[in-house]
Formats: sequence, structure tokens, C-alpha cells
Amino acid sequence: MSAPGAPCFHCGEPIPRGVEVRARVADRDEPVCCHGCKAVAEFITGAGLGDYYRYRDTSSSRADEPPRPDRWAAYDRPELVERLTRAEPDGARSITVLLEGLRCAACSWLADKALSLQSGVLDVSVNPATARARLVWDPGKVRLGDLLRVLEHVGLRPHPLAGEHSEQVALLERRSALKRLAVAGFGNMQVMMFAVPLYFGEARGMDADMREYMRLVSMLVSIPVALYSGWPFYQGAWHALRARSVSMDVPVSIGIVLAFVASVWNALTGRGEVYFDSVTMFVFFLGLGRYVEMIARHRAGSVADALARLAPATARRVRSGVAEDVQAVELAIGDELIVRSGEVLAADGLVLGGEGRVDESMLTGESTAVAKPPGARVHQGTHNLGAPLRVQVTAVAGNTVLSGIVALLERAQAERPRLARAADRAAAWFLSRILVGAAIVFAVWWYVDPSRAFSATLAVLVVTCPCALSLATPTALAATTAALARRGILVAHTDAIEMLSKATHVLWDKTGTLTRGLVRVEDVRTCGAVTASQALAWAGSLEQLSEHPIARAFAGSAAPAGPASEAVVHAGQGLEGRLDGRRLRIGTRAYTEALYTGGSTADPAPAPAEGDGTGESWVYLGDASGLLAAFRLTDPLRPEAQDCVAGLAALGLPSEIVSGDEASAVARIAARCGIERHSARLAPQDKLGRLKALQAGGTVVVAVGDGINDAPLLRGADVAIAMGRGSALAQTSADLILVRDSLEDLPHTVDLARRTQRVIRQNLTWSIAYNLAALPLAALGYVPPWLAAIGMSLSSVVVVLNAMRLSRGSTPQRRPQWPAAREPETA
Amino acid sequence: MEILYVMIPLGLVLVAFGLWAFFWATGDGQFDDLDSPGWSVLEDDTRPGPPADTKPDPTSPEEQK
Repeated sequence: MSAPGAPCFHCGEPIPRGVEVRARVADRDEPVCCHGCKAVAEFITGAGLGDYYRYRDTSSSRADEPPRPDRWAAYDRPELVERLTRAEPDGARSITVLLEGLRCAACSWLADKALSLQSGVLDVSVNPATARARLVWDPGKVRLGDLLRVLEHVGLRPHPLAGEHSEQVALLERRSALKRLAVAGFGNMQVMMFAVPLYFGEARGMDADMREYMRLVSMLVSIPVALYSGWPFYQGAWHALRARSVSMDVPVSIGIVLAFVASVWNALTGRGEVYFDSVTMFVFFLGLGRYVEMIARHRAGSVADALARLAPATARRVRSGVAEDVQAVELAIGDELIVRSGEVLAADGLVLGGEGRVDESMLTGESTAVAKPPGARVHQGTHNLGAPLRVQVTAVAGNTVLSGIVALLERAQAERPRLARAADRAAAWFLSRILVGAAIVFAVWWYVDPSRAFSATLAVLVVTCPCALSLATPTALAATTAALARRGILVAHTDAIEMLSKATHVLWDKTGTLTRGLVRVEDVRTCGAVTASQALAWAGSLEQLSEHPIARAFAGSAAPAGPASEAVVHAGQGLEGRLDGRRLRIGTRAYTEALYTGGSTADPAPAPAEGDGTGESWVYLGDASGLLAAFRLTDPLRPEAQDCVAGLAALGLPSEIVSGDEASAVARIAARCGIERHSARLAPQDKLGRLKALQAGGTVVVAVGDGINDAPLLRGADVAIAMGRGSALAQTSADLILVRDSLEDLPHTVDLARRTQRVIRQNLTWSIAYNLAALPLAALGYVPPWLAAIGMSLSSVVVVLNAMRLSRGSTPQRRPQWPAAREPETA
Repeated sequence: MEILYVMIPLGLVLVAFGLWAFFWATGDGQFDDLDSPGWSVLEDDTRPGPPADTKPDPTSPEEQK
């Protein structure tokens, strides 16, 4: 037996009792949780890529089922590949592939190596930040389908992307931001170098010529910083002003432009003071904050990615009796498609024939497959689990139900009002006060001494340049975003950090969030001479014939014993078939025992009756001699869920479960997590209703979810958190994404969010105090110019250093690495 | 201190060169992925690298299956 509690070698999840699947890895047998993980682990080590297991810093995705080579058959056809891919020199082709399950640098190393080992592959570049790989290969030597199969074999599910425009745009945006940042950084360093002699010269005396020279050189270096690096701020301000609103870009731009123009004027005329050091530093730090935020946003994935993951790129079209694989974008209304078992629909349509059962959970949240008789509507992105379907296309591309949802999310994401507005309102308030103040100063000086009115007004505007004030929030948020990213928590929208610090309630989805979201065989009890693995093998063979969700629990647990003959499905009870010369039944206890012909049967387990309210279910296997085995099926609780709920409660955040599942199952999970309030059988709109009721009571609600049916809840929540392995659409609705798919760090995140708010408040207090102190002195003309320049820079530096405290002391713990601390196990 | 009239422009030329190099590297994609290339030094050099550009090296050992 495997050591109790030993996790799966590949995916790190606990191995259900009774499952004895071993992967042959580096000359020893490692326990794995299912045959999917076995296949992946053996392929990886067999290809000489076992180093992957030493270098990875997060566990891999569970494979669930062994790779299915036939899925990529369409990509073996040269004429289709020709249309999907781009031509490269010397007859080579290239394509960009989105890799699902790519989580860390070790994963990208794995993908890179596995592909490079294939002959015919000319170039591979894998980018873990965007989960994309670019392949260049020689179509004469290797087929695209084979390369995709290799990726699937190493546990990374590939999604070929046909038209890859958004990614190219994002890449260029990142590069251009990096260039602007570099110019600001280099420029700032240079100007600082010239600023030091200027300050000392001011105090100790300096050649007038040399002083003039230093100031002109500073100006020369600052010009590209102000014009090139600062350009995005001016653009943002211009857009805001044209839309008759005020964003944070407006005071920032006014600050930069005023300080820069005043400095240029003074440098050219040789009078007054120059503020080039402040200007360049301001641009650099603000640009840095925006750059960090942009990287996080790009990593969080775009809506286009979500669509690519949900809808297939190819479809099988029938024309005048001939079936051919075509690109999904070529489909037209009225086309006839064949959707084989296990395939995902490429378009909306009407069923013409076939007896398919379709899993529509991604649209409706319903986990049971729905029968689709001829005439029924089927939708793009849903999964055919039954017999092949013939479908007539009724909507394609932008008109399907799925793309409607995606478009809705895209719009909601773009609008994103909430706190961003609050910050902008503060900026507008501040700006109007400053302009009024400057006008008063100008008027008073005009009355007292018109010749000094202009310079004094300028001094007021420059000294109160909201540098420190504008830096106060973004630097703290950038530091927190970076600290959380190191722990595998992606902050897609930084305004969520402020909301998180104020949160008072947590609403949990159950399935897939508090639990793993997969029904699994948790325990096997046998009687007589039957071994657990044999019982699992028989069960697996029988359940292959079923589309019931429970059947999927058996799919990976054991290698099926072979196809069962004489199979009959008894709806609602179970199924029967002949295997290894025995007539076997699997299903409810009464149904299985009905096969038994005489005598009393030995009970394989002190098993509770099925559906006894514990939320677990038992499935029985038997033959004519009586019961052979009982399987306990559960959706296991995440091991860290209990601590997480307790940790959040300690921070003053009570938890509540809103689930679409059965009341008994919800109650069981709630009791195990120590959650008092829970409600079951809620449709997505009911979840939203519960959320609205809470919010109406003045609470700030955090919602944690994973599925598409959680998307409305996440969209309505003050802070939305999605699981890293959840559906892509849930992730696009989320503010925070738990990339490592672990709840472990959630309490820490709340704590960090609160510390961030404290730092932001300190920063704001400091910079407002500085401005308030400097303003009257500058207005009266009492601030010596060199002191104004130093004060302006120092106030910004203090703010930045204070923010940097947030990124300290939060190095994540690494999991114990294979094979360092692991003894070889005896089988 | 007159030497500064020469040294500072020289320094600026160096900065300009540095920036030009940085721009080139950015455009070349050197900063697109900062994580995975670091792993390549950890791997043993027992296998040949990826197959040569157009034709596989006939002397290289069998490709892994």
C-alpha cells in the first residue's frame, strides 16, 4: 500500500484509498492518483525530462484522464494546417499555441525541451508570462498534430490560436512601456548625478559658468524623459479631458509639464531654480508602478484567451456526404457538422440527428449532461458526451451564446467603475483646490508686486506638484502586487486591494472552491478474494459505457479491464455487463444485490446507505455470488480550506457558503470548515441576490468562486477571487486569481491588503502635510529654491521607501522537492 | 574642473549607447521572458541540443521516444 497521505507524485493531490496506480519514474515506483497522471509522469521521465520534477515550484495540473491522441487528428491534415498557420522561410510553418496548465518556469522549460526533442522542430519559444508557445516546424518532417500530442503528453493542454492579434498588441505594449521606463530610469540617474554638484554648489559656492553648464546638461537629459517617457500620461490626461472628466493622469500631467516648463525657462534664462531631478524621478516611479500593474493585467489573461480555451479551432463539416475538418471560422449558417463523442461544439446549432448527451455546465452550471434529441438547440463550447450528433449551424463566430457572454464580460471589464472613480474624484478635488490657490496667489501678488506675480505663482504650482501625492497610492499598490505575485496570487485589478482591506464578509462557492470540484473514488472496500485494483478495473470498464457524471470518477482510477459485452444501462439504477466471464453489475445497492442468486452476502463495508445525508455516495459492484466491492465517492475538501476559513475568521471576516449543490452536501462541507451560515440549491441569480442582500446591509463582500455559474456572483462582489484551475470566464471576472489553486495564502493576502492601506494612508498624510507646509511658504516667497527642490525630491523618496516595506519579508515557502527528502517506497 | 566639459558629454554618449543597446534588446525579445532561460543552466548537457536548423545531425544519438 502507499504510505498514508502520500500525495500524487505528479499533481500533488491526495491519493484516494484503494487506488494503487504506480508510475515508473527513474527506476522506482512512485504513487500517483490516476492513470492520467501516470501517463504524464512516465512520458516526462521517459523522455529524459525528469529534471522537471526537481525544478518546479508548484505542483502540476491533475491530468484526470490519459491523453487522447485522436483529439488532434484534424491537425494532421496538411491543407487545414496550411490555413491555420503562418508561412516561414524555407517552407517552415509557425503557430502560436496557448498552453493550459503552464504555471511556472519549470513548466515552460518542460514544454520547450519536450518539443525541441522532436525532429523537424526548428524553433520553440515558450513564454510563461502569457502561457504561450510559438512553434516553428518543418511540415515535411513532423505533423502539427504530433507536436500537440507531445504537449498533451507532458500535461499541458494546447489550444492552437489561429489569429493572434491581441497577444501581438499586448507584447508591443509591454515592450514600449519597458523602453519608456528605461529612458526615464537612465535619465533620472544622470540628472541626479548633475543635481548633487548643483546642491553642493549652492551651499559652498560654484562657478557661475559651471552651474549654467550643469543645468543645461540636466535639461538636455530631461527632454526625452519628459517627452517620451511621460507621453502616456499626457495621452491619458487628454483622453480624460476630452471625455469631460478628470483622471489621475490630469494632475500628474500638469505637475510634470509645469515643473518641466518652469525648469526649462529657468535653465535658459539662468535665473530661478531647476527641478529636473524631481521631474525625472517622478516620471520614473510613476512609470514603474504602471508597468508592474500592466504586467499583472496581461498575465491575468484576456477575454480572448477565455474564448480560445472554450471553443475549438476546428470542426468536422459534412458537404454532399463527405466529412472534412475545417477551421471553425470558416463555418457558415446552414452548414452541417458532425460532433463526435467527447468533442466540443464549434458553433451554435440545431440537432438533426444522433443521440448525444451534452454537458452544458459551462453555460448553465448544471453538472449532469442533458439529452439532445433531434430539434434541440446546442451551443458553442458545450461538450458532447454521448453518441455522435449531426448539427445544423444556426449561429457562428460573434453571434453565438458563448460569444455573447464573452462580449458582456469584455464590456464590464472595460468599464470597471468602482474605486478607480474614487481616486479620480480625489484627484479632481485636489486639482481644483490647487488651481484656485494658485489663482489667489497670482491675484494677491499682482496687487502687491506685479513683476513677481508670475514667478511666485509658478513656485506655488511646482512646490505643490502632487508628485508625492500621486505616488502615494500607486507605489504601495505596485509593491503589494509584486509581493503577492511571488506567492502565486495574481492581482488583476489593483483597486481590489483597497476593497479587500475593508472586506467584512466572505461568500464561498462550494464545488471547486472549498472542494476540489471533481468527484473521485475516495475509498474502495472489497470482500472475498477480489483486490481493490481489480474491482476498480471492472468498475472502470463498466462505467465507460455511461455518461453519468459519477462514471467520470472511475475514468482515471484504474486501467479498464477491457470492453464489457452484453452491456445494459438501467437508468437511475446502474449498469450491467459481462467481463472476464462474469456477469457484473454496478450501481445502487438494491440493484447490484438483485443479481445475487442465493445465500446471504458478506457486506464489504460497514457502508452507510447511499444518500444518507452525509453528502457522500456509495456505489456497489457485484456479481452472481454477491457483492464484490463498494466505492465511496466524494468531492474532497481542499486540505487547506479549514485553516483558511479559520484564518479569515480571526481577521474578522465571517464566511458563508452559497452553493448550487444539494443541502446535505453543503451542510457537510460547512460543518467540516466550521462555517455556520450556508445555503444550498442556489441558481447563479440567487447567489447574486444573497450577495446584494448582504451588500444592502452595508457589508463589503469578498466572493470566491471557480465556475462559469459563479461569474455573476464574482462580477457583483466588491472583491472577486477566482481559483487558478477554475473556468477561464470566472477568471476574467475576478480581481484576484489564485494561480496555484490553493486557498492557503488568502488570510495573508487580506492582512497584506490592510497593511497596504495603512502604508497608503501614511503616504497620503505625509505628502499632504508636506504640501500644506510648503504652500504658504512658497506663496510668500520664503522657500529658498534649493530647499524647494530637495524637499520635492525627498517627499517622493520617503513615499517610495515606505511603500517598499510592503514587498519585504514575504518569501513564499517552497514545497519539499523531489527527490531530496523522500525515501524509496516499498510496494 | 574644465575637464568636466569633456567628460560629461562623453558620459552622455555612453548613456546613449546603453539606451540604444537596451532598445535593441527589447525589440529583439530579450525581456519578454525573464524566468525560463534561467533554468537552462541547471540542466545536464548530456543530450545534444535541438536538431540543427534544417537537417538533423546523422551522428547524434537516437531521438528519445
